[in-house]
Amino acid sequence: MNTPTPAPATVPVSGSPVDGALAVAAIVVALLVAVWALVAALRHRSPDRVQFIGLAVLELLLLGLAVVTAVALTGGERPGEPGSFFGYLVTLVCLPPLAAVLARMEPTRWGSAIVCAVCLVTPVVVVRLQQTWEVLGG
Amino acid sequence: MAESHTARPRTNAGPGRLLIAVYLIFAIAASSRAAVQIATKFDEAPLAYLLSALAAVVYIVAAVGLARAGHAGRRVALACCALELAGVVGVGAFSLARPDLFPDETVWSGFGSGYGYIPLVLPILGLAWLLHTRRAAHRVSS
Repeated sequence: MNTPTPAPATVPVSGSPVDGALAVAAIVVALLVAVWALVAALRHRSPDRVQFIGLAVLELLLLGLAVVTAVALTGGERPGEPGSFFGYLVTLVCLPPLAAVLARMEPTRWGSAIVCAVCLVTPVVVVRLQQTWEVLGG
Repeated sequence: MAESHTARPRTNAGPGRLLIAVYLIFAIAASSRAAVQIATKFDEAPLAYLLSALAAVVYIVAAVGLARAGHAGRRVALACCALELAGVVGVGAFSLARPDLFPDETVWSGFGSGYGYIPLVLPILGLAWLLHTRRAAHRVSS
């Protein structure tokens, strides 16, 4: 908040790399997997193939987001709050693998609960990512 | 409850694994954030960034303690949850009373409001889970 804002240098209005179809797709996939996993958890089902495939698709979308960000960075664009932004980005890419590993270790309803929880956290982190990219205005 | 037939309640199975998952998420979030902040602009808010780093270490150790599930692991997890609760309440109160000391946010500022108050709820859940599994363990052994 009180951090000295860097001079609003040559920031192309083209906008944020984390605010596009990829981000929307990631949020939608994450929420779909979350609902699927929640139903599984409520029905006392262990994580099924659909959940693991969903996590894999989600991870691919998030890696795509990271690549798009890297391209934007090499193009000279900068996030508004670098500290938080890269923190969120690293966290984001780690989320689906974390869920997959723990869900495999826990072949009970709680494995599905883990997938559900992680997939609920993911959209929040994506939104925070977008917020920390564009703070240059205020 | 559902897994009443599986004897020996352990801190690293069932709901405990979900708790470990959330702890790991916070460990990653807090440590990557602290690493970037300390590396790029440590001078701006040294206290806040050191607290972020401390929070990160506590989350990591708590996750390991819960995952190890032994006597020592339980004790380590207990100490971490207590430290965490003290940290989030203390830093939360301090960040409201003396905002000048915290020019940049930490995981624990404003009682964890930047992270959906999960930092405040997490140690309480952790302590409850440790208590629950210990009671269950007593019932099994006696």
